Amino acid sequence: MDSILLQILNGLDKGSAYALIALGLTLIFGTLGVVNFAHGALFMIGAFCVVTLQRILNISTVKIDPSKTDFLGNPLEVKTPYVVNWFGEATGNAIINWSVPLAILLAIPVMLLIGYAMERGLIKHFYKRPHADQILVTFGLAIVLQEIIKAFYGANPIPAPAPELFRGSFDFGVLLGMAENSVIYPYWRLIYFAFSALIIGLVFAFLKFTTFGMVVRAGMADRETVGLLGINIDRKFTFMFAIAAVVAGLAGVMYAPINSPNYHMGMDFLVLSFVVVVVGGMGSLPGAVLAGFLLGILESFASMNQVKSFFEALFLPSIDQIIIYLVAIIILLTRPRGLMGRKGVMEE
Amino acid sequence: MGILEVKNVNKSFSGLKALQNVNLSVEEGKIHAIIGPNGAGKSTLLNCFIGKLLPDSGTVTFDGQSLLGIPPHKINQTGVSRVFQTPEIFTDLSVIDNVMIPCFARRDGSFSLHAVKRVEDEAEVRDKAEQMLVDVNMADKRDMTASSLSRGDKRRLEMAMCLAQDPKLLLLDEPTAGMARADTNNTIELLADIQSKRHITMAVIEHDMHVVFSLAQKISVLAQGTVIVEDLPENIKGNPKVQEAYLGGAH
Amino acid sequence: MFSETRKNDHLLLLLFAIVTLAGPILLAPLGAGYPDLLQRFCIFGIFAIGFNILFGLTGYLSFGHAAFLGVGSYSAVWMFKLLTMNVIPALILAVLIAGLFSLLIGYISLRRSGIYFSILTLAFAQMSFSLAYSVLTPITNGETGLQLSLKDPRILDATNTSGSLPSTNLFGLTMNSTAKVDFLGMTLQFNIGFYFCAIMLIIAFYISMRIFRSPFGLMLRAIKTNQTRLNYTGINTRPYTLAAFVISGMYAGLAGGLMACTDPLAGAERMQWTASGEVVLMTILGGAGTLLGPVLGAGFIKYFENIFSKINDNVLHNTFAFLPDGLEDFVVSILHVFVGKGWHLTLGVLFMMVVIFLPGGLIEGANRILSWLRTRGKAGDNTAESKETTTTKTAVNPAE
Repeated sequence: MDSILLQILNGLDKGSAYALIALGLTLIFGTLGVVNFAHGALFMIGAFCVVTLQRILNISTVKIDPSKTDFLGNPLEVKTPYVVNWFGEATGNAIINWSVPLAILLAIPVMLLIGYAMERGLIKHFYKRPHADQILVTFGLAIVLQEIIKAFYGANPIPAPAPELFRGSFDFGVLLGMAENSVIYPYWRLIYFAFSALIIGLVFAFLKFTTFGMVVRAGMADRETVGLLGINIDRKFTFMFAIAAVVAGLAGVMYAPINSPNYHMGMDFLVLSFVVVVVGGMGSLPGAVLAGFLLGILESFASMNQVKSFFEALFLPSIDQIIIYLVAIIILLTRPRGLMGRKGVMEE
Repeated sequence: MGILEVKNVNKSFSGLKALQNVNLSVEEGKIHAIIGPNGAGKSTLLNCFIGKLLPDSGTVTFDGQSLLGIPPHKINQTGVSRVFQTPEIFTDLSVIDNVMIPCFARRDGSFSLHAVKRVEDEAEVRDKAEQMLVDVNMADKRDMTASSLSRGDKRRLEMAMCLAQDPKLLLLDEPTAGMARADTNNTIELLADIQSKRHITMAVIEHDMHVVFSLAQKISVLAQGTVIVEDLPENIKGNPKVQEAYLGGAH
Repeated sequence: MFSETRKNDHLLLLLFAIVTLAGPILLAPLGAGYPDLLQRFCIFGIFAIGFNILFGLTGYLSFGHAAFLGVGSYSAVWMFKLLTMNVIPALILAVLIAGLFSLLIGYISLRRSGIYFSILTLAFAQMSFSLAYSVLTPITNGETGLQLSLKDPRILDATNTSGSLPSTNLFGLTMNSTAKVDFLGMTLQFNIGFYFCAIMLIIAFYISMRIFRSPFGLMLRAIKTNQTRLNYTGINTRPYTLAAFVISGMYAGLAGGLMACTDPLAGAERMQWTASGEVVLMTILGGAGTLLGPVLGAGFIKYFENIFSKINDNVLHNTFAFLPDGLEDFVVSILHVFVGKGWHLTLGVLFMMVVIFLPGGLIEGANRILSWLRTRGKAGDNTAESKETTTTKTAVNPAE
């Protein structure tokens, strides 16, 4: 029981990331009819917003303190970040400590800008080109973005710790009357889940309750009809693209403490998010969210020792590495439109 | 008993009834026109014949064999060909290749790993395709890319493609829509010629009454998803129900 | 050379064979005349030719073809380990297993077309990578990769007493033996492995040409253009697409097998999505749907990969030494990102450029230049007319 609960919890954070990326993919796909292979790169750029902010905040003045020496006997160099100089010791260190949540403030404008630039500068010219061209050009862009990040930040993962306040773990076991430490779960993962739920909720509320959202939803159902109403749907879709970019970026920002940002994290998540979109049903927003969480939890279950040893007996060790793909294949064979896909939506 | 028998066909799209108890009988060797105001369900009906749509209820039989639930390529292999409202052709290929494809489909069936001989060495198929182009008066456009053809030529090309299959039943969805008068008359002549020489059964959807009354040997009038009259052309003109259907549509 | 009409097929094949076989001589002045690179030209040429049958001809964009390449490599190495170091059984097994594997993946992926298909193949490729990397470690030797060992049975070969690993051979001709000839100050290297790959490439090219010209190839092109019409013309498109998928999978298997023949080891990284992306790029860069394009694209990319990867900051500084110091450093620091380890960035930029500006690839580019020269060569008054005829010509050419 406790191990099952633990696996569900463990699946939530990855599931949240899948759901957020898949949500953006579906929005872009449903509105613009474009498959964005560079969406994973946006997630990665979000994570690197954290790294960038950390570096900015840690820009320091260097003073030589003659009264102290380091272990080699040289005068000690004392680095003081500017923020500490400006805001005083306590506030300054708190700002550095909270750099991950603060990066949200940086990521929103950055992602809006990148999303806008991407849509206006590149994607726009590909609406009338074949799907293959759209895939190829965004695929090329994904490589370019990833390699630029690699050139600037190197190939190694860069740790981005969560604020100290959230570094501990929460003991679910005690809460549910089980043994102590039977189900412990890092605070930050809980926060990630809550944050994702909030973002998903905001996106859905935005689509449901604003006129803008209504137009977008109508556009997803039938683009031509909405175009006939004389609504300038293209501009709305540009903004939608930017929003999808922000969603992916924020997912990346908050994921940084869970998985140290590295240049290839985008592509790793993209492939699985695509599987999520396909399983959820292309063009279905609830389907994307549902499938994201389901597959995240499923992956987590497959990594349980009991499950692993069971499959090892069937000569399939490390089943957790491929379980998502296997399930996706089975679902597609039995329900070609995915879990919540509707007939006629985005079908050739 | 006609070669194509449609009985009590119903089809609705999310509650909206497109076809209601449609009955139709197309006699072998005849040209059967299906007319009616816009939105009467004519194209929906054709889609039920070729496996594009599955009716909610009712039967469609061709040559005594049900067509429902059979994939399009199998329906076509039994001898049903369709000319679409917007020409469906292979735009990237040359005109002659466009016509050779149905010739191969006719000769080799729905799949054949025919990769030993070159296309150009298939003299028998090419001759047949070229003859088709002569029949529709397009021999001079043999090597053009299909996408560069005029709209009228695209229609004629599609017709040649369908005829190349020696169909038993040819379905035509507004074969003259958007054509100039001269082209329309050419098409009428062509269809009449085909029918008299090769005795192909045809079902034609058409708005142009000139075309309908020059060709049709029998007419069904479809209005609001149901056949209101099926009769000989001479009886259709004066039929009050027909007039009401058309005028009613204008109200 | 660039007009691929049906009539001069024999000439094209002859030229192709001559250029390929003369590779060590022709490419030596370009600094690409050494066996390792020449072999790669041939191997990736075969890979791209096969991919082109699926993508260029049939219009199905697969992002998972590296999986079949990897399967081919693993199969070939297993043959070397178990049976014999002769390359023929290894290649036969590589092609067969890759064919079976692509039949399985194709059967599932081809239930959908368009974007779905691309995503499915990408997912399959990632799954195959995971399988090779960790799940199927007993077969693939996981991270380390599959290698030869002295303890391998090799039941058909004579007992190995030399104490060193045997090398791959074709009935006794060892793949890595090279004859060096000095010629005009250059050292020409004639390598058995290269000639074996080159002959495979010529055969692969010939088969692809026959497919292009056959009724089967015509059907594949028709699928790319208008699948709806084909369905209503009595053609069942599924077996055609599956056949194209399996054929291209077998080509990839052959390429992977050849890789193992020239260097008998196999690793999971060969199956990564980057490798799949590379063959897509080769094909579109050369010209998808044309006969020669994929081979050109493969050669182009492998050649520049070789050059770019070797460039370091010293080379850059030497090249731009003529610039004023500050400017020199600036230019070098910008270019630095694109060379050496930054080759992938160059590749990505190239990828985007080709898709945006030259969707028809090098072949189309060459055709455009040729027709531009032709129109310029003619008198000014009929320019418009001749332009029109040449554009129709180029429009028909790639399809032919």
